[in-house]
Amino acid sequence: MNDRIIGRVKRVNGPVIEVMGITDAEMFELVRVGDANLIGELVKLEAEAAVVQVYEDTTGIAPLDPVYGAGMQLSVELGPGMIGNIYDGIQRPLEAIRDIAGIYIRKGIDIPSLNKTKRWHFVPSAKPGDNVTGGMILGAVQETENVLHKILVPPGEKGMLESVAPEGDYTVEDVIAVLKGDDSQTKDLLLMHRWPIRLQRPTRKRLPPDIPLITGQRVIDTLFPIAKGSTVSIPGGFGTGKTMTQQAVAKWCDADLIVYIGCGERGNEITEVLAEFPELIDPRTGRSLMERTILIANTSNMPVSAREASIYTGITMAEYFRDQGYHVAVMADSTSRWAEALRELSGRMEEMPAEEGFPAYLPTRIAEFYERAGSMETLSGNAGSVTIIGAVSPPGGDFSEPVTQHTKRFIRCFWALDRNLANARHYPAISWLDSYSEYLDDISMWWDQQTGPQWRSDRTEIMELLHKEVRLQQVVKLVGPDALPDTQRFILEVCTLFKNAFLQQNAYDKIDMFSTVQKQAKMLHIIVTYWQRGAEAIKRGVTLVKLRKMKVYQDIIKMKFTVANDDLSELDKIQGRLERAMDQMEALHA
Amino acid sequence: MPENNRQLLAGREYIGVDKIDGPLIFVSKTHPVGYRELIECVDKQGNVRLGIVLESSTNIVVVQVFEGTTGLTLPDTRIRFSGKPLTIPVSREMLGRVFDGLGHPTDGGPIQRSDVELDVNGVAINPTSRQYPRDFIQTGISVIDGMNTLIRGQKLPIFSGNGLPHNTLAAQIARQAKIRGSDTEFAVVFAAMGVKHDVARFFIQSFEDSGVLENVALFLSLADDPSIERLITPRTALTLAEHLAFAEDMHVLVIMTDMTNYCESLREISTIRGEIPSRKGYPGYLYSDLAELYERSGMIKGRKGSITLLPILTMPNDDISHPVPDLSGYITEGQIVFEREMDGRGIYPPIAGLPSLSRLMKDGIGEGMTREDHPHLASQLFAAYSYVKDVRNLASVIGEEELTPMDHSYLEFGREFEQKFVSQRNDEDRSIEQTLDIGWEVLKALPSEELHRLTDEEIEKFYGK
Repeated sequence: MNDRIIGRVKRVNGPVIEVMGITDAEMFELVRVGDANLIGELVKLEAEAAVVQVYEDTTGIAPLDPVYGAGMQLSVELGPGMIGNIYDGIQRPLEAIRDIAGIYIRKGIDIPSLNKTKRWHFVPSAKPGDNVTGGMILGAVQETENVLHKILVPPGEKGMLESVAPEGDYTVEDVIAVLKGDDSQTKDLLLMHRWPIRLQRPTRKRLPPDIPLITGQRVIDTLFPIAKGSTVSIPGGFGTGKTMTQQAVAKWCDADLIVYIGCGERGNEITEVLAEFPELIDPRTGRSLMERTILIANTSNMPVSAREASIYTGITMAEYFRDQGYHVAVMADSTSRWAEALRELSGRMEEMPAEEGFPAYLPTRIAEFYERAGSMETLSGNAGSVTIIGAVSPPGGDFSEPVTQHTKRFIRCFWALDRNLANARHYPAISWLDSYSEYLDDISMWWDQQTGPQWRSDRTEIMELLHKEVRLQQVVKLVGPDALPDTQRFILEVCTLFKNAFLQQNAYDKIDMFSTVQKQAKMLHIIVTYWQRGAEAIKRGVTLVKLRKMKVYQDIIKMKFTVANDDLSELDKIQGRLERAMDQMEALHA
Repeated sequence: MPENNRQLLAGREYIGVDKIDGPLIFVSKTHPVGYRELIECVDKQGNVRLGIVLESSTNIVVVQVFEGTTGLTLPDTRIRFSGKPLTIPVSREMLGRVFDGLGHPTDGGPIQRSDVELDVNGVAINPTSRQYPRDFIQTGISVIDGMNTLIRGQKLPIFSGNGLPHNTLAAQIARQAKIRGSDTEFAVVFAAMGVKHDVARFFIQSFEDSGVLENVALFLSLADDPSIERLITPRTALTLAEHLAFAEDMHVLVIMTDMTNYCESLREISTIRGEIPSRKGYPGYLYSDLAELYERSGMIKGRKGSITLLPILTMPNDDISHPVPDLSGYITEGQIVFEREMDGRGIYPPIAGLPSLSRLMKDGIGEGMTREDHPHLASQLFAAYSYVKDVRNLASVIGEEELTPMDHSYLEFGREFEQKFVSQRNDEDRSIEQTLDIGWEVLKALPSEELHRLTDEEIEKFYGK
């Protein structure tokens, strides 16, 4: 490593170290502390009291230990080899660490983020003599069956290509092009480049988010849809299914790539993803889900400062793939743990706290993070997007706490998880009353094209019913359901049906775990038909019991389990049977 | 500072300290001292107390003394820095013994010796080395096995309240827990933090009665021991557990009681140091600190052993949103929640059906593990019981007579469920089949059309008989 000593330790307090005798260090420079070579970052500069945030356990660090500067900011290595890999919060490959250090994560391990010996087959698309700017495509490497990894000119570079390597096998550190800048200086371009994690990667402009990100989860796609490039927050107390919802979205959404950040969460959750994802098949490509996933695992027992860095590491990787023209979804579980890491570090630096001990800059940091999402036109002129789905773990499940409140200001879709639904094992426990999505209008056009215009009116109808139900339930609580007229009791009945047959979705059932857009629209229409025709029938004097005893009612309840995504004709049959049954009933009461 | 140099300086002893505040001692003008280094503190009479370095700087070192600072004086207190973190010797021979919170034997037996000395703080397990836990543990308690299944390698806390029978339940689990068709050796590591002597005696008696005491290691830091010792007790216990599980291939059940006392000690230290508090005066790092303990449980690829963690915590004022249960719930893989109202009605175990949860249950039950109907049956019981709660609320407003016939069936189901399924004797060991059969039995209070969560085949096979 670098031998440039930039100072010496003055004081150690957990992951925060004060450094004295600072010479030529720069702000946010990557540093190594002590002879154990612990990785840290310089977060405050002052000649005799600079502050280093250390990303590893500082046990044993003593005053006067040397602090070495690396001469660059904390960066990630971007190049082939990232997909399917699992990293800690500062992009150290955990599998490689295991091979060296065994079952525990030892300190001071120095290991490259990308495999430096593996050769990749590079196919150039740029030619010598081309004038290029940052973000333009030099060529590509087929990294996995489905991901063509495009090699980019690092953003900020500009000039003429003096040479481009021929098609062939290269390591990530091999020179694949030589760039001659405007100042006639030449620069070697490698298969990989570095990018500082705290710096947003540039794009040409923002595009409107009008293509939905289909998740296969009915309550999301139908009631609270999201777009490619959107920002979503999932708040919920413990046990309400944040992680389950995020994993379901990560498994089934139609993004090209998933960056899954386990930030301060359980070790076994990461293990579960590691055990499950390689086995699961992506319904659109027919390949293992792991071939489109990058995992970042900084579990709750790993150093707290690396937890702070982990979400930046993840989002930078996502932006890099967006710049290649991909749609990337980032799952951040959980942003509250990240905010708590900020609080802990801020406390150790003895900064003045704002709400509940969180630093005053918390909202700024949250905003900066979510603003890195979006649907963009990349520097190479392609469309790409980063969608951020961030879980929030409010203490005591109370949404009025600072992290939830500040997050709400910077996101446009809110999936509130409800404790009562979770207690009744109604999953996903997304509340239809507290949640909202501002993307509905943006993406309606797409749905109209896919499923016809009735989708939007069906959705409006069912949302209206759900809101009516709440008011009716309040009445029921006072006087009992018998006091309501049949027309109103039927509303309760339909809502119960809708919750059981549509909103509830079993993440472990082979058929139910994922529903296509078409299946969702048809299911919704069946239930809305049941409501509309049933309400008509009641007006004509049909009793509630009769409606409920209809044979087709049982089919509707079980349709989510019985009708496979690739054979929806069965739903048309149910629709037909329902309409015939209603016709008959009406005929009897004509 | 090179390692060897520090080892040399480590022998130095400093006579006289600058300040003593609660369990903290401030020493100035020392050699460079490592963060979290072990120290020995010698008082006027020559008694040695252990401590660790909480903060180190060029001018002052803050030391926390586990055995308390009672009787120490400024000029006569001597501090020796060891140059290494706090370690304990660990070995199988520690089973059947009783130790204090720092791992010193208190049963009058010999001081343990071992070649293996481990840092009590432990090291984070690499998530890629973990084995995802899936093995069903049969506890013989219906409401746990049936609806909140315990899995080997899980961390499942009991959220209780003062006066509730959490100790009885923990002892019953320790006694009855078994993996069917497995004969790997098991051990129990018991860590008591700030609990009463009676509680410790209850557990010892219970282990003795069931004849497993030679497989149990007890770490006792009781209510009248210095509160600061509690901070190290769970770490000592878990260090032994890790050794037994991952080096000696044993299945270890760790019972830690009471986590609320542990957290209070943490708060005490934090306040004395003048740190900025977050909720209810607890330090902002309470979550990370608890995670360091809880995350030491689990299973490792390629190792035979496992650590199953059963922390017990009493919720102050039965408030589940209090920081201690709240943060625990965010780290652990589910929770077993006690309900005072059920206890009042004489139901044992008084486990609240709805807020209790086992996150690892889904992968450890069903065909080939318990029985094929288990997943849907559990889901159905939860759904039906949740509706029972609604009906009861309604009944308390409008009176039971006004309810619909269907709601009456649900009330009947609710009674059956609590009396037959949940309720059992504290020495009753039900097999999983018995548990599931009782589950079906109580569902008979409901008509089969109401059983939306079960498949037609399951209803045919189990409901009809």
